[in-house]
Parts: sequence; structure tokens; C-alpha cells
Amino acid sequence: MSEKPKLAVFKFASCDGCQLSLLDCEDELLAVADAVEIAYFLEARTDQIAGPYDIGLIEGSVTTAHDAERIREIRQQCKFLVTIGACATSGGIQALKNWQDADEFVRSVYATPEYISTLSTSTAIADHVPVDFELRGCPINRHQLLELISSLLRGRRPTTPSYSVCIECKRRMTVCIAVARGVACLGPVTQAGCDALCPAFDRECFGCFGPKETPNVISLTNHYQQQGVDGDHLTRLTRSFNANAPEFKEASDLLSGEPPLADNGDH
Amino acid sequence: MNSAKPLVGSFVRIQKRDLQSLVDELKAVHDRVVGPREIDSAIVYDDLDHVDQLPIGVIDHQEGGVYRLTHESSDSHFDYVVGPQSLKSFLFPPHETISESFRKDGQWEIQAVETPATRIAVLGPRACDLRGLAIQDKVFLEGPYVDPGYKRRRDALFIVAVNCRRSVATCFCHAMDCGPAVTSHFDLALTEMDECFAVEIGTSAGGVAMDATSWEPMSETEVAQAKEVSVELEESMRNGTSARQMETGGIRELLMDNLEHPRWQEVADRCLSCGNCTMVCPTCFCSSADEVADLSGDHVRRERSWASCFTAEHSYMHSGNVRKTTRSRYRQWLTHKLATWQDQFDSSGCTGCGRCITWCPVGIDLTEEVAAIRGE
Ligand code: SF4
Ligand code: SF4
Ligand code: SF4
Repeated sequence: MSEKPKLAVFKFASCDGCQLSLLDCEDELLAVADAVEIAYFLEARTDQIAGPYDIGLIEGSVTTAHDAERIREIRQQCKFLVTIGACATSGGIQALKNWQDADEFVRSVYATPEYISTLSTSTAIADHVPVDFELRGCPINRHQLLELISSLLRGRRPTTPSYSVCIECKRRMTVCIAVARGVACLGPVTQAGCDALCPAFDRECFGCFGPKETPNVISLTNHYQQQGVDGDHLTRLTRSFNANAPEFKEASDLLSGEPPLADNGDH
Repeated sequence: MNSAKPLVGSFVRIQKRDLQSLVDELKAVHDRVVGPREIDSAIVYDDLDHVDQLPIGVIDHQEGGVYRLTHESSDSHFDYVVGPQSLKSFLFPPHETISESFRKDGQWEIQAVETPATRIAVLGPRACDLRGLAIQDKVFLEGPYVDPGYKRRRDALFIVAVNCRRSVATCFCHAMDCGPAVTSHFDLALTEMDECFAVEIGTSAGGVAMDATSWEPMSETEVAQAKEVSVELEESMRNGTSARQMETGGIRELLMDNLEHPRWQEVADRCLSCGNCTMVCPTCFCSSADEVADLSGDHVRRERSWASCFTAEHSYMHSGNVRKTTRSRYRQWLTHKLATWQDQFDSSGCTGCGRCITWCPVGIDLTEEVAAIRGE
């Protein structure tokens, strides 16, 4: 048998939760370590094996000029580049800064703002380099992560759904909170993969897996508005973990009437 | 009081309080007895130990994208109609492992997974649900390939149907010739009267189940009164507002001759392609089968799950997606359900239960779509 494929995990602007999902695969962790060589994973081991790598998992978004440079180098080192989580895939919750004055945040948060060097936006990895596959979620689902690793090992496409959360919601027989209680839920326009976790616990879907394929976000938000849901509430709902995902952004900009500052060329 | 078994086709009367002895008898001979329960703001099927758990006095209100319950002080046991679930989930479960494969010494061994069926007695299905059941029986049992899991579960299913006394605004079983009267595919069928239940015996198993319950024969006049419940409801559905209407004459040609009608784009502008309509539909039978391998690659499960023609995955063929747009997916769904289903299974694929209207998050209504294409 040839050498084990090399797996690397890289972090950008993020909370580390998605990387932790890999460590969270307690039962399967030994099997993962058997199947791949964990060559670079600062959160898990101090030894670092130099690239190139077969699989590169990228967590986090690009928020500094240095990161924008670093992701290009990493891309060159990785055969398959996979973004993990909402930050890497769309820019994450931190992309809320795209609608605000980032310099003002820096001035008000840090004692010595001169030390901080940041871009005015938080952007997806795919805005900087080609990405081979996306694992969605905030955080990602560990079953999907294992499916990804096991498929890449066999050279096949991972089976992760691109359809709506509603399909998973109905398969687990959860009563729809949008229809039965009038709660604005993003499930119909959000990609499945969480097994409809929030509706099963009586909470609306917050869209943490990002837009599904062919999402029709504006039809949904229009409908909720007609049902009496407050427009500001819908702006906040569509502008969270995946605020910068194009279809969510289009809907929240329409609802709020304010596009991101970065779009205006102010920054 | 009678001890002989009532005959198939006959009607008997039981007092309302005696419904419990029927439930007890069903519990004694089945692994599970399920019935309508009010859970999470809806009427859903769940385990039923005691008739007190039934949503007594509960009334449902349904509109496009809206479902609400209210509580009245009446002692009516069954005056809500259908909730989001139908019999489908008992016979064609949302997830099922259908086979497992093991690799040993380079050789694959494939085993079918044949879980024995749970013997379930269901209390509460309505006429539209039984029609949905008949349609799924045709799909899963009557073609050249019989679905073994469905067959095992179907053979183990006992049905206590209920005749509706009221409809909601999304019902149109009358228009699809599927209700409101229960006519077939039941073991027992209840009609709730003021003081008692009229029980129609559908099968000999149904007659046996009545053994432990005190029942009395019904006179012809009483039977006619019980039947009148459905007749009156049907009348009010045809004339009144508490139902949708759908003109079905020539519907196959209507839809198939209008595949480029602008209405398909108008509905697609609202449709979310979320798939809720297909999940709740009692006749939708599509599934996908995924091979799920463990990390070693030596153990693979074939998992079957409910699928929907509204998803991109569903219309992915070897080299691409044949239905990229929501327009083409909605049109596929509606034309199959109401038109080409006739070619495939000799009936409509719609029972008029109205679930797809109620449980559509944006309230898309197939009766409105058909009327629009008709130019009404
Ligand atoms: S609760 Fe949300 S995710 Fe579930 S079916 Fe309703 S809209 Fe879809
Ligand atoms: S198409 Fe709609 S109304 Fe007809 S059976 Fe299916 S869910 Fe019921
Ligand atoms: S018709 Fe309604 S329930 Fe069906 S896919 Fe479209 S939006 Fe979803």
C-alpha cells in the first residue's frame, strides 16, 4: 500500500469550532488517523509536516491582507482544497462588518488601534482562490466531514445534500413551525446537512448552512412580511452567519434598503 | 350487548366511552397503537394508550401556508381533519437501510436488510388517506417489482378509519372523488354521532377486533343516519366555502397541452423548491438510495430516503441536471400528479387532501394553478 494521503487543516478568521468538529469525531478519530496522515493541524499536533498536501481543509474567512496572500500559497500546496464552515464558505458572522465602518470598530475596540491591520471586509475563501468542495454549517456536521474524508480517499464525490433543510425536517417528522406557528424560518432556502436541528428543538432555522441550490429567498421574505413578520427581524435573520452569501445578502439589502459600504466603494 | 362477531359490511354502534375497550383490544394484538395526538401545535400520529389522549374538542383551521388549532368545549373526538402526516410514513418510512455490504478478503458480500414489520394499528385515517394508501399500494405492490419492506409493513397494518364531519378550507377530496366518505381499505370505520360511534366492519379482522367491545346492532334507519354525515359534508364542500374546488374534466390534456403556459413561470417566481409539498403528499413515492461507506471502505450501507422532484439531485442524470429551473420542477410535479399519473397508474395522483397547500411555506395552491391554466 502506498503512503497515506496527507491531510492539512488551516485556520483563517474563525472561532475554531469547525476544526474542533474533527476532534469531536471521537469514535472515528482513530480510523481517520489510520486512513490519512494528519500532516498539519496546529490545534491537534505540534509536529508539522511540510506540504504538498492531498487534502487541505480551510476554516475561516479572509479579513487581512496577509491572509489574502497566505490562502494563495496554501492553494498551491493542496490537491483538494475544501472550505469548512460558514466563515470559509461565505465570510461568516464577521462579514457583518461589510455593512459597517471597520475602522471605527478597530478604534473603539482596541487600545492601540495602530497595531491592527485589517481589511474593511470579511470574504469567502472562494473569493480569493478556486475551491474544490464546500462543507457548510456553523459549525460543520461531523458526519459530513467523515463522508468527505471517506469519499476523497476513494476518489468519489461526497454525498452531501444541496436541497433544503425542510426535506430533513419533514423526514424527521418535525411539525413545521413556520406553518403551524407563524415563526419566520429560513429552512426552505437553507441547505440541509444539520438534520433540521433547530426546528426539532422548536427554534427557527437561522440559515447557518447557507443558501441551498436555487434558493428563492426574496419570495420567502416577501411571504413572511405579508404574514406580518417585521422587516427588521427578517433583515437580522438573513444577515447572520451567512450574511455575505450572495442570495442572503440580496434579500437583506432589499429588506433594509442599505447595501454594504464596501459595495459603494467607500473603503 | 352482543357477543357474536359482527359481519363484514355491517354497521354496529358503540358508546363513546367504549372506544377505550377497542383501543385496549388493539393494544393486545398489535405492537403499537397510534392515533391522532396534539403535539407541537399540530395533530400528528403518535402512540395512543388512552382515548383521553385524543385531541377531544380540538378544531383545525387550514389555509395556504397556515395551520392553527383551537380548542372548543365539545366532546367531539375527531373534528379536526388531516395533519401533516399521512399513512405514508408507516409504510414507506423516511429513512430505511435496505442492504448492507461487507468486504472480506477482497470479496463483497451483500445482504438485504429485512427488518420484521412492527404490527401497527392506526386510528384516525380519513377517506383521502385511504385513497392515498390505495395509490401507494399500486405503486409499491402491484407493479412488476414488489417492494418487500412495504409489503411486510402493509400486511401488518390494521386501520380504524374515521369519516369526517367537517372539512377545512384546503380540502377538496370531493373534487377528486376520494371522499369525504370512507369506502374501502379499512378494517373498521368510525362515524362519530352525538352519543355514540357508528362502526362499519370492513374486514373479518375488524370484526374480531370488536369482540372485546360491547356493541349493539344498528337499525337501517340508524345506518342511514350515520351515512348521512358524509353526504351532508360532501354537499357543503361542493356548495360552500369550507373547501377548495378543482375542475378535473380533461385535466390531462389541459396540462399537457399547456406546457409553455406563462403561469408556470409565475408560480416558479413564488415557489421555493423546498420540497415540503412532496414530503407531505400521501402519494409521492420517490426516494433516493445512497451508499454510505465507513472510513475503512469495508462496510457499506445502502440508505433509502424520501426524495423530491423539487431538488437538483433528483433530476441529475449521468452528465448533468435535466431540470435546472424551479419552473421545470414545479411543472414536472404538477403534471405528474394530475396528468401523467393517469398514464402510469390509471388514476390521478392527487386525493384532494390539501396537505401540499397547507404545508407549503408560501401557500402555493395547486387548485389555483390549475384554475389559472384553465384561464379561470
Ligand atoms: S420548520 Fe422550517 S425547516 Fe422545518 S419545514 Fe418548516 S420552514 Fe422548513
Ligand atoms: S397533491 Fe396535494 S392535495 Fe393532492 S394528495 Fe398530494 S398533498 Fe394531497
Ligand atoms: S410548491 Fe411550496 S412546498 Fe412545494 S416546493 Fe414550492 S414552495 Fe415548497
